[in-house]
Amino acid sequence: MAQIQVENLSKSYRIAARDPGLAGAVRGLFHRRTREIAALSDVSFSLERGELLGFIGPNGAGKSTTIKILSGILRPSSGRCEVDGRVPWEQRIAHVARIGVVFGQRTQLWWDLPIIESFELLRDIYRVDGAKFGRTKDRLVEMLKIAPLLDTPLRQLSLGQRMRCEIAAALLHSPSILFLDEPTIGLDAVSKLALRDFVKDLNRAEGVTVILTTHDMHDIEALARRVIIIGNGRLLRDSSFESMRNEVLGERRLIVDFATDVGEVAVEGASIRARDGRTIEFAFDPARTAAHTLIANIARAHDVVDIRVDDPKIEEVIARFYTLHGAVES
Amino acid sequence: MTTLALPYLSILRARFSLMLQYRTAAWAGVATQFWFGAIRVMTLVAFYAGTGRQPLNLAQVVTYIWLGQAFLALLPWAADAEIAANVESGNVGYERLRPVDTYFLWFARALAWRVANTCLRAGPVFVLAALVLPLTAMRDWSWRMPAGLDAAVLFLVSIALSALLSSAMTVLLNIVVTAVRTPRAAGFAMGFVNLFSGLVIPLALFPSWAQTFLLWQPFAGLADIPYRIYFGALSGAQAAEGITAQIVWVVLLVLLGQWWLDRVLSRIDMQGS
Repeated sequence: MAQIQVENLSKSYRIAARDPGLAGAVRGLFHRRTREIAALSDVSFSLERGELLGFIGPNGAGKSTTIKILSGILRPSSGRCEVDGRVPWEQRIAHVARIGVVFGQRTQLWWDLPIIESFELLRDIYRVDGAKFGRTKDRLVEMLKIAPLLDTPLRQLSLGQRMRCEIAAALLHSPSILFLDEPTIGLDAVSKLALRDFVKDLNRAEGVTVILTTHDMHDIEALARRVIIIGNGRLLRDSSFESMRNEVLGERRLIVDFATDVGEVAVEGASIRARDGRTIEFAFDPARTAAHTLIANIARAHDVVDIRVDDPKIEEVIARFYTLHGAVES
Repeated sequence: MTTLALPYLSILRARFSLMLQYRTAAWAGVATQFWFGAIRVMTLVAFYAGTGRQPLNLAQVVTYIWLGQAFLALLPWAADAEIAANVESGNVGYERLRPVDTYFLWFARALAWRVANTCLRAGPVFVLAALVLPLTAMRDWSWRMPAGLDAAVLFLVSIALSALLSSAMTVLLNIVVTAVRTPRAAGFAMGFVNLFSGLVIPLALFPSWAQTFLLWQPFAGLADIPYRIYFGALSGAQAAEGITAQIVWVVLLVLLGQWWLDRVLSRIDMQGS
């Protein structure tokens, strides 16, 4: 049976609305108008133990809402959801004891406490056996290289150091599912790479199920075997990363720097996407026209300085996907 | 039982040791409390000079004032600042990620906060008012010793109940702040606490027809009851009645808080990330 089962999950928020101006404010005293906003509509998916799922979508798409419902801190308006056979918001305490959560923009550690004291507090809060805690902590400290940070209060750490400590903190009680909500936000390149390696290892070696939301497509590329795209609260796409990539990467680019000003260039099997002075960017489908044929044809007909073949950027692809489905917040 | 309470005890301990670090604030508090204590003692001395028999004698009233100054930080003046900040930033729901009961988590935090702050202030005020003042010319204005060993023991029981009662009220303030979503919502508490705990005027000095009501209203257990037990104005059956009133209110307010918090948290929505 699937570890996470989500069926027709919907969540709407009621927000207060009032007419503009003083008259509106006065009217609001007597009659409060509210407006319903659907943050999530009819989302269904299931996840097996040990999967690594990437959750992507533009701001306001419903990623965080989904994570909050799955982690038990938000109650959906309708729909069913079970994690390890439990309904998160109904059996909250039993549920949250088995999951780890890291929110990139929040901290779960105590601001004024040295990291090690926060860890010990978490040990007591999660009722982790002392010996087991010692082993888990030592391993995490080594893997995340946080030994020199343990005596420092959280507020004195850099963002990258903080995030490593947050991840260790989320894993001290050996959860079977780890939720990472934008864990790489604001991190430098080195920290991002280290974090990705760690998460990959954790998932492969220990079989921890990971659900990751991010805006950084390199996170998805490096980590996720399966991707769910969500937009305007709806599930737009649920597939393996490879198939998504192949589908949208069906198109490739050929960038040619010509030695002289060329007028209209017609190349069979390729269309012009952009031009900038003597540089022209062609788009072509590698399944129909081989790159070397194209290059040979162009080089024969023109004086060429440089030729490069390029993939469309994954960001560009996703952005196009969002626009295609009208997923971007209006 | 110990494993059941372990998370809450650890939170209590951590917060307690954290609060003890705020030494500058504590010394400022001591100075303020000593200064205001002295002014209020002088006012009451002047007031007593012109009247006949009173329900409390002068030594008792002076001691009452010093107790009020020493244990001022024990009273539920405001909601927990950190929880109020969490409400304002929208973080409040994130505490639900911990496998602990939110009510007792907040209760443990409130208790640690109240007791730590009181520990920092009560000692110095006691030294100044009970040990230093008797050595000066202002002997009559000093904090006296308890009425006896039994009064001292009952006082300790009663002041411990005050700490629990105050924590239960602090959690109620936290809940109000959470429900209304603004830290200022708890401001109304201060007036009630000041008047009905006996801090402005000892409750025994109110008209006699109001005494039963005053003893049994929830705020008396914060200050008036333990103080009167201390100097023997409440003893025997009366002391038992006062302590019973404290226990009843602790139980009622904890039950009310649990029920209410459950309702408030179940309809909290957290938008955005």
